[in-house]
Amino acid sequence: APCPQWPYCRKRCSYCNFNTYVVPAVDEAAVRACLVREAQTLLRLSQVHSVTSVFFGGGTPSLASPGTVAAVLEAVAGAAHLPAGAEVTLEANPSSTSASVLDGFRAAGVNRLSIGVQVRGAPPAAASAAPRDPIVTVLPSQSLDDAELRMLGREHTAAEARKAVEAARGLFPGRTSIDLLFGLPGQSRDAWAQRLEATLRLCDDHISLYQLTLERGTALAAQVRAGALPAPPQDLLADMYHTARSALGAAGFRHYEVSSFARKGALSTHNLSYWRAEQYIGVGPGAHGRFVLRAEGGCSREARVQTPEPVAWMREVQSRGHGTRSRAVLSPLEQLEELLTLGLRTDEGITHERWGHFSPQLSLQAVFEGPGEARALQQEGWLVLDSGGLRCTWAGLAVLDSLLPALLWQLQRV
Amino acid sequence: QEEIDMSTYPVESIRNFSIIAHVDHGKSTLADRLLEITGTISKTDRNKQVLDKLQVERERGITVKAQSASLFYNHEGINYLLNLIDTPGHVDFSYEVSRSLSACQGVILVVDANEGIQAQTVANFYLAFEAQLSIIPVINKIDLKNADPERVEKQIEKLFDIPTDECIRISAKQGTNVEKVLQKVIEKIPPPQCNTADPLKALVFDSTFDHYRGVVANIALFGGEIAKGHKIVSAHTKKRYEVNEVGILTPNEQPTHKLYAGQVGYLIAGMKEVTEAQIGDTLFLYKQPVEPLPGFKSAKPMVFAGMYPIDQTEYNNLKSALERLTLNDSSVTVHRDSSLALGAGWRLGFLGLLHMEVFNQRLEQEYNMSVILTAPTVPYKAVLSSAKLIKEYGKDQITIINPAQFPDKLSVSEYLEPTVLGTVVTPHEYIGKIITLCQDRRAVQKDLLYIDENRVMLKYLFPLNEIVVDFYDALKSLSSGYASFDYEDAGYQSADLIKMDILLNGNPVEELATVIHKDKAYAAGKLLCERLKETIPRQLFEIAIQAAIGKKIIARETLKPYRKNVVAKCYGGDITRRMKLLRRQAEGKRLMRKIGNVEVPRDAFIRVLKRETDK
Repeated sequence: APCPQWPYCRKRCSYCNFNTYVVPAVDEAAVRACLVREAQTLLRLSQVHSVTSVFFGGGTPSLASPGTVAAVLEAVAGAAHLPAGAEVTLEANPSSTSASVLDGFRAAGVNRLSIGVQVRGAPPAAASAAPRDPIVTVLPSQSLDDAELRMLGREHTAAEARKAVEAARGLFPGRTSIDLLFGLPGQSRDAWAQRLEATLRLCDDHISLYQLTLERGTALAAQVRAGALPAPPQDLLADMYHTARSALGAAGFRHYEVSSFARKGALSTHNLSYWRAEQYIGVGPGAHGRFVLRAEGGCSREARVQTPEPVAWMREVQSRGHGTRSRAVLSPLEQLEELLTLGLRTDEGITHERWGHFSPQLSLQAVFEGPGEARALQQEGWLVLDSGGLRCTWAGLAVLDSLLPALLWQLQRV
Repeated sequence: QEEIDMSTYPVESIRNFSIIAHVDHGKSTLADRLLEITGTISKTDRNKQVLDKLQVERERGITVKAQSASLFYNHEGINYLLNLIDTPGHVDFSYEVSRSLSACQGVILVVDANEGIQAQTVANFYLAFEAQLSIIPVINKIDLKNADPERVEKQIEKLFDIPTDECIRISAKQGTNVEKVLQKVIEKIPPPQCNTADPLKALVFDSTFDHYRGVVANIALFGGEIAKGHKIVSAHTKKRYEVNEVGILTPNEQPTHKLYAGQVGYLIAGMKEVTEAQIGDTLFLYKQPVEPLPGFKSAKPMVFAGMYPIDQTEYNNLKSALERLTLNDSSVTVHRDSSLALGAGWRLGFLGLLHMEVFNQRLEQEYNMSVILTAPTVPYKAVLSSAKLIKEYGKDQITIINPAQFPDKLSVSEYLEPTVLGTVVTPHEYIGKIITLCQDRRAVQKDLLYIDENRVMLKYLFPLNEIVVDFYDALKSLSSGYASFDYEDAGYQSADLIKMDILLNGNPVEELATVIHKDKAYAAGKLLCERLKETIPRQLFEIAIQAAIGKKIIARETLKPYRKNVVAKCYGGDITRRMKLLRRQAEGKRLMRKIGNVEVPRDAFIRVLKRETDK
């Protein structure tokens, strides 16, 4: 799945520490040419035959023109097979998503939108090309309260956000995701319950539920640290998460990943490919990828990071076809560690088949069934290991980060 | 270098003396000046604490290890040999002071002209007085703006019964009247009473270990003479040695042909271990036995603590560092010990808390070892009533240096705790606060005396465990640094002691068990529980942190479980950093101490205990 990154924003949000750049004027033609070239180069190196999804992340990729999106998709389709109906997601900001703009993106090939406040921890906006289809996620619907939005430093208003979601649903029915943020400084249980209700009235079939994280170096974190804003207590955050899980479940959503909820089967194909530890190709400044370099005769999965700074990245792409800053071959153990860490985030967990793909010799049972941490965690009701594979229980999913060190420790000793 | 002929210094021209003083009253500065005046060292601006050779001594401005120096001085046409035997300047080392004094006939008692008599001045005076030494009172720092030598002279007269006109007013820093001190040493301190014609009788009053030459014993000759080639015997071990080298300290070792009665110097005789040169031992010539000199009481550790390597792989390195360091500090006792949480280690006995800190600092500075020290404890005793235990121990009274070994009340007729007689000297405005502090520490007042119109000396009988950790700091802080403190051993007293356990979900934490007075248990238990709550990370289940006496819970804190602990966003971005964190946490599992099913980071206990020292 190619993940093209569009690293530019109009304004930096107070909570964001992504690789984004606020510049007065972007030479879009040049950036476009580089995204196209890098997508072609990396797809060729990976020798991927077919792409399942493409995801345009950012920055704020909806600030790019539909022409850029079209050009990248064309490049992907030229380098590999891009089936009709492959998921193409674009991330969007409510203030840059008028119906006409969105229509342009749809015409360019986008078929799914992710409207976000706190735009994901996804690769910065290049095309993330998973060996099937490109996705562009666009839809920030985060907060629907102006005061909260101001605190978050968002440049749109609640009314704009509502309008954007409605416009998006009109154009991408059943394919519009919205972000829902909780744990804002000062947010009460009641305020959260109301926000949930309002969101359920407005939303389409996919919701990404995020606890606001105070990332170091962001304006919001500085305000909280300085005492200008209150830090929400742990127990309140846990309540909010569990309240949301229940409310969304009651509204027919499947909680298919720690932060992801979908109904009517509207799961994000692209994101699932991360959690299933499939291959993905990061394109654009600061993008990350995980794939095998078949063209170089490689047979091991590599972790690749593209150069973050856009001007340097462009120079590199122009001179050698791609701007890969670092690449590291992942050892078999490292691959399994990533598979555990990511796979347990989903409701399906890690299937025997998927585990076997990375570990043909040693089965899940061989590693986790004997006496040890995993067995204790099963007995305590946090984990399940059965014919379906290894996965968290409902309770276990909420405390996954307390389970992982024990599981990794057990894995490392095998 | 030409060898000095020691035979030109007969007993009549020898003076053996020490300088004793409260910390910072100028003992080392005076010693520097004496060494300069007598030409023992050349006069430069760099002579600061010449006799304090250890880094820790120079950093802390204290003397830990006594050093000696022989000074040559001509007075009224006669060449004198003056042996300055330096003494450690802290209460913890009073044992070393008394052994230094045993080689002396007199002392210079230095008192700061501004601060006046302090607690340690009193303690040191009595050590010298009881040893029946001549005492030369010296009032130092008269160059200071606030110096009030007259007031100090009156204090000395009142407390020590020394006429005011006997005090010498000096400034060691500027050299004022220092020469006069030397003259007084010659006039007032008697020469040692002994005879070269007698058989050899040498007192070992200190020893150090040299990696190339083995044990270097500091000796004072109470009779006879000694030279290379002599066959000598230790009265203590009965072992025989051949003397390889003798000499004097100036202050570095300077070999001489012989040493004669009354003289002080060093001896090297093929002793491999410091234990062979037992402090207080008497050496005599082979086949010419003498009545041994009265030995010293061996150093009695007052404070015990567990010492463990931070990582067990460091065990052997730490072991060898400990062995080497204790060679030069025989007052530290070492017993092998082990703890479930901390692995294999030792239980060390120290003379006091400063001694413990200094020892730890020397391990770090001289041997580059970082260690875990557990909470200090004092040596309690139990009088056993259980026939089974008496049989097991082979005696009816045992000393408990590790709370894990505290015997149950049912098999004990009486518990005893060590006490000390503490001396506090303070400006009178702090009396109220100090009395309250002492009462809080279960101390009983023994004396209260105005040493002048605004200074008071208080004497209290303290349970040792009440002062061991933080009493001195508390005293200093409530008196703005003006009160001073010293203490001496005062035997054991009956005490209502109990063992307090700390439980995590009902399972005892062995290394946090403490022996404590019944009246103090509740507050201490509450504090420990609170600190543990802050130190133990949240887990998947609730953790009850309890303090218990026997089956009775006296304090409880509850650490709630995680209800949510999962990163919200995890996509195709940089999971490399996240994996690094998780791997470190996984690796950390190896270093977790499991108490029941509760995981506790190994350093958590130390952090809890350490903060106690810091409070």
